Amino acid sequence: MENQVLIETRRLKKYFPVPAGFLHAVDDVNLTINKGETLGIVGESGCGKSTLGRVILRLHEATSGDVLYDGMDINNFSADEMRYMRQNMQIIFQDPYASLNPRMTIGQIIEEPLKLHKIFKSADERRARVEELMELVGLPMRSYNQYPHEFDGGRRQRVVIARALSINPQFIVCDEPVSALDVSVQAQILNLLMELQKKMQLTYMFISHDLSVVKHISTNIGVMYLGQLIEKASKNDIFSQPLHPYTIALLSAIPSTNVLAKSKKIILKGEINSPINPKVGCRFATRCPFATEKCTSENPVFTEAMPGHFVACHRWKEVADGTLAFDV
Amino acid sequence: MENNTVLEVKNLHVHYVTSDSAAKAVNGIDFEIKEGEALGLVGETGAGKTTTALAVMQLIPDPPGMIVDGEIYFEGNNVIYNTDKENQAMRGNGISMIFQDPMTALNPIMTVGDQLSEVVLTHEKLSKAEAKKRVIELLEVVGVKSDRYDDYPHQFSGGQKQRVVIAMSLLCNPKLLIADEPTTALDVTIQAQVLEIINNLREKYKMAMILITHDLGVVAETCDKVAIMYAGQIVEAGTVREVYLHPRHPYTRGLFDSIPKLDDDSSELIPIEGAISNAADLPSGCYFHPRCRYCQDICRKEAPAQQGGEHQFMCHFDLFKEEAE
Ligand SMILES: Nc1ncnc2c1ncn2[C@@H]1O[C@H](COP(=O)(O)OP(=O)(O)OP(=O)(O)O)[C@@H](O)[C@H]1O
Ligand SMILES: Nc1ncnc2c1ncn2[C@@H]1O[C@H](COP(=O)(O)OP(=O)(O)OP(=O)(O)O)[C@@H](O)[C@H]1O
Ligand code: SF4
Ligand code: SF4
Ligand SMILES: [Mg+2]
Ligand SMILES: [Mg+2]
Repeated sequence: MENQVLIETRRLKKYFPVPAGFLHAVDDVNLTINKGETLGIVGESGCGKSTLGRVILRLHEATSGDVLYDGMDINNFSADEMRYMRQNMQIIFQDPYASLNPRMTIGQIIEEPLKLHKIFKSADERRARVEELMELVGLPMRSYNQYPHEFDGGRRQRVVIARALSINPQFIVCDEPVSALDVSVQAQILNLLMELQKKMQLTYMFISHDLSVVKHISTNIGVMYLGQLIEKASKNDIFSQPLHPYTIALLSAIPSTNVLAKSKKIILKGEINSPINPKVGCRFATRCPFATEKCTSENPVFTEAMPGHFVACHRWKEVADGTLAFDV
Repeated sequence: MENNTVLEVKNLHVHYVTSDSAAKAVNGIDFEIKEGEALGLVGETGAGKTTTALAVMQLIPDPPGMIVDGEIYFEGNNVIYNTDKENQAMRGNGISMIFQDPMTALNPIMTVGDQLSEVVLTHEKLSKAEAKKRVIELLEVVGVKSDRYDDYPHQFSGGQKQRVVIAMSLLCNPKLLIADEPTTALDVTIQAQVLEIINNLREKYKMAMILITHDLGVVAETCDKVAIMYAGQIVEAGTVREVYLHPRHPYTRGLFDSIPKLDDDSSELIPIEGAISNAADLPSGCYFHPRCRYCQDICRKEAPAQQGGEHQFMCHFDLFKEEAE
């Protein structure tokens, strides 16, 4: 049962047609997520994190490539099969304001998926389940008949989580679930998500631009840059031995609260490439101080550099042995 | 040594009053900033950070906002008694503000170069050519190439727009820069660039700064002093070093305990229970008491006073005294 793969993507691509050509939002992503683990996905705004999550859930159709759920290729599922599969896969968004119907009560909102998927026959059974869920996520019973606007962001996010859990999913894409919350409330929701994971053996894909949050919650971390997964490893390996120059710069740029050990930041220069019709070669080359001719003429391949540690860079070996280092 | 104080705020109270409610946004805050000093103003949503900044800038929207009490001295002058003309002059040459959303500061239908030149021309007697020269120089300082002078704001990325806004805020050599969440909307690698630019410029022009943010890390890396705001009050203030190493107020403690720390894996997050109070309906006594794990009877009844010297905090007790010594 150890390290059983729940999600696997193979050469997964999502291109959006735009006036200037194709926007490569997700470009050739290969990843696996094991049962019960949290894969954290980080990267800058627009690098394709949300699109990747949505394509994995088939909320967007992939342009090409496969998504395997428990070994089954879901891209070939019929609409009915997919509806059935949906019960196993849920998504939680950043903005709990936008994802709750303002005209429904908290109780109705949490009950909705139960009705949709016809999980229980009677209203009483559904009601019991809703109450159970409210307790699970720490919502007081008296909020059953309240409306979302009466809630602050943290409690709205609890409603969203209860709704997502109502049909007992196995896999949840958490797309920036705490980014809109204040830090003191953010900790409540992070703790809740971790507690629920333990209790219900949930598998998460946790998207965030906040690296300290991702480090806190993840088992493994994937770093994306302009549509591509450029590094993936256990969280300890990512933080202690990053191999991709972008990952190194990203980690160095995180503002630290440690006033005793102030570190110099790596300041990247150069412009960010366009994701529309990207040229051949490494997409980070415009900002990478180590770029060579090979970097702009050949695509780096996503390879297993060390056991469980994947990277897409032509020069990772030199990074690993310390030949290449940033000037700070 | 009093004469190098750039800004001094005393007992400032700001309310937003509408027909059916009065939000007490700022409730008696005091602070001062000296030449070249950087103060981080930290707090959660609704703590009153932006309102404080707007009061200093004399830009509180009125109605519904009003400064109901207090004094704000900029270079020794109480700006509350300024005429509109004096305020304009102060905002032109004395204090500049960078707003969180760069688009609020930029006109979408004017080229970036033209709007920056216009700022220079309204505040200084220069020829157009001289103004353009000044703009191009400053754009280069913040890392925007001069060939982008004739581009429109929408042609810039988020990070570039924020640099343009920074350049704009520095055109008239302000003595004090107020930056309201200047990097919150940016990616971390870009944030690092922008913070470095701000730090360098501050050093170069000996500018004082108020940096508003909810990010304790950003403050640690850019500021000398920090003030922690909660429900319109400064509940703790001091040097960054002192406050970060020995927080004395339960709320400050709570903030540090609730953020994941990069260099400390094992630590569990300890959230602050509940949520921030509504400014229109503040609790009795200590405003933090409904969320405070150390709350006693007196906290519900009486408002605590400030205690401490350089490192001050607002609490009935001195709960973490031993640790600090
Ligand atoms: N429906 C769409 N049509 C065209 N382009 C799109 C569409 N959805 C997303 N994109 C583009 O795809 C790229 C990836 O977007 P995505 O939302 O996945 O990024 P992200 O990493 O989640 O960013 P953020 O951190 O800002 O949420 C972006 O360049 C975005 O503009
Ligand atoms: N124009 C306004 N009219 C009425 N109330 C207002 C107005 N502006 C602010 N407030 C209220 O004043 C309080 C303080 O708001 P302020 O914007 O100063 O907080 P802040 O600390 O800057 O928060 P944030 O981190 O969300 O920017 C809040 O309760 C807010 O709702
Ligand atoms: S492939 Fe080349 S350009 Fe890309 S990250 Fe590696 S060294 Fe830099
Ligand atoms: S005064 Fe009382 S409630 Fe307020 S912070 Fe101190 S201990 Fe907590
Ligand atoms: Mg997204
Ligand atoms: Mg604000």
